[in-house]
Amino acid sequence: MNRFLLPLVAVVVFIPILILGLNTDPRKLPSPYIGKPAPQFELPGLKDPSITVTTASLEGRMTLVNIWATWCVGCRAEHQYLMQLAQQGTIPIYGINWRDSRTQALSWLEQLGDPYVVSGFDADARVGIDWGAYGAPESFLVNPQGIVLYRFAGPLNQAIWEREFQPRILEDAAP
Amino acid sequence: MRGLWVLFAALWFATQAFAIDSKRAFEDPELQARYVKIISEVRCLQCQNQSIKDSNVLLASDLRREIRRMISEGKTDADIADFLVARYGEFALYRPRTSGKTLILWVAPFLLIFLGGIAMIRIVRHRMSLPIDDDAIEEGKPY
Repeated sequence: MNRFLLPLVAVVVFIPILILGLNTDPRKLPSPYIGKPAPQFELPGLKDPSITVTTASLEGRMTLVNIWATWCVGCRAEHQYLMQLAQQGTIPIYGINWRDSRTQALSWLEQLGDPYVVSGFDADARVGIDWGAYGAPESFLVNPQGIVLYRFAGPLNQAIWEREFQPRILEDAAP
Repeated sequence: MRGLWVLFAALWFATQAFAIDSKRAFEDPELQARYVKIISEVRCLQCQNQSIKDSNVLLASDLRREIRRMISEGKTDADIADFLVARYGEFALYRPRTSGKTLILWVAPFLLIFLGGIAMIRIVRHRMSLPIDDDAIEEGKPY
């Protein structure tokens, strides 16, 4: 009996660890900004380069910061849903147009609609790096105090919104 | 046959032509060596099993540019590591720094060797204490 005990214990301990490993997607990285203030940035507006979009623009209400680009396939996939969020007035969306060409980005917004309160134009990708973006699209939920609550990497949709974003918004609003 | 060797040599040296940045980043060989060492130890976050030295995705080239900028601004290796970890987490570094969070990565191999050693010594001691039963071998019985 004793000879089997040790291997049995080893199996019982390791199987859950392995199962955990199977279910975690190594491509989904945790953002080091969760629970911390959003990174400081200052960008010229995409549509109107004379205005600046800064971290301070986000403060005062719950916002969604969306990193997007016209070269990004996932951004096209989520665009319809961002339009829906904007039209329903669910949350103000701030765009960071990442490593893109201004003319292409403007014609994208013209053709597909503009869900953003304003988009900052991040031509040399430095602000995207400051936010720790490793791909596009990425969406950050930032609370009224400017604290990052959640980061989602990949195209947004209704199911993800209801599952990941809504509970966090409600939790933050609760006293 | 000779043509074949020439072909091999051509293919062999051709790999150098695929280097990402064809120009050297720094004139100073010391800075260049530092730069190459750093970028070969930073994970490309988009293509996770490559370093940013080997990857040609946009993010990797942006990060190489940022690291070049920081080196020329006189930042230390630790500053550059801090920059990356603040944005991407410890995961960005192929050589994680010793800290509370990554301690297990550094300690685990030695711990496992130690535990394995103890197990081995115990098994060998146990076997040595068994009586040698020559009769059993002669009669073809199992131990």
